[in-house]
Amino acid sequence: MKFGVIVFPGSNCDHDAFYTIGNLMKKDVTFLWHKDHSLQDVDVVIVPGGFSYGDYLRAGAIARFSPIMDEVIAFAKKGGLVWGICNGFQILTEAGLLPGVLTRNANRRFICKYINLKTDNFSTRFTHSLDKNQILNVPIAHAEGNFFASDETIKRIEDNGQVVFRYCDENGNVTQEANPNGSINNIAGIVNEQGNVLGMMPHPERCADQILRNTDGAEIFNSLVMA
Amino acid sequence: MLKANVYVTLRKSILDPQGVAVKNALKSLGHSEIQSVRIGKFIELELDEVAENEAEAKVKEYCQKLLANEVMEDFKFEIIK
Repeated sequence: MKFGVIVFPGSNCDHDAFYTIGNLMKKDVTFLWHKDHSLQDVDVVIVPGGFSYGDYLRAGAIARFSPIMDEVIAFAKKGGLVWGICNGFQILTEAGLLPGVLTRNANRRFICKYINLKTDNFSTRFTHSLDKNQILNVPIAHAEGNFFASDETIKRIEDNGQVVFRYCDENGNVTQEANPNGSINNIAGIVNEQGNVLGMMPHPERCADQILRNTDGAEIFNSLVMA
Repeated sequence: MLKANVYVTLRKSILDPQGVAVKNALKSLGHSEIQSVRIGKFIELELDEVAENEAEAKVKEYCQKLLANEVMEDFKFEIIK
């Protein structure tokens, strides 16, 4: 299984993802430059966190039109695995690969802290090996993570089980207090209808190495590489 | 050369935290009459070699494709000769 991590001008979690896959998961991984037109036969594309193109206009709006994104869109439509983290999630919504949009945090602040995540869908390639009772402790770092979509879109993705992760408290209760950014229904991560494209605001690549004393993030990577 | 002024605003149903902060600031300055503040973007475009009758469709396309995200934003524009 080969991974590709896209590098946009302003990406800053590309190396974290690369390190997690290459050094911790011991899988083949390559960087994919935003101006390239080839995905180099990777099996999984990671759209990493950061501030692609300075987040000018809207987060993800300009990155979405990078040459490599045409390839990512075609790859995703054929069922290829695509995983957008933070800014990557924003880019995937702008690209139309995922529904909804990430708007300004309700409290107006950039939020950088650990949050708790409850997994709601264990049937995706990204989550199938997760422990059903485990609450994942993963950091977020964003100013625009407030998931919004029309009422009918929310109903559709909820009915389809497309909500994969929700912000919760340490006991797994999905409460208003545990919602850091104002996201509808505490939504922290969703998949597309086919389940091959995942977008999430929390950063599992930042809590995968033992040296950081928290490897909750590695479990999502493990799920992917287990196949 | 034609110019276009584009206005992009958050949809009414979406919380505008910047607007709320500015409303509170205006109120704290004593302007108790302020009921609501919504903040948007103003984008000035200059168009070369575009006929007047094509400009409207072109600018609309820019807005739909890139300048606004219609999931959360509305746009309007005016063409200036």
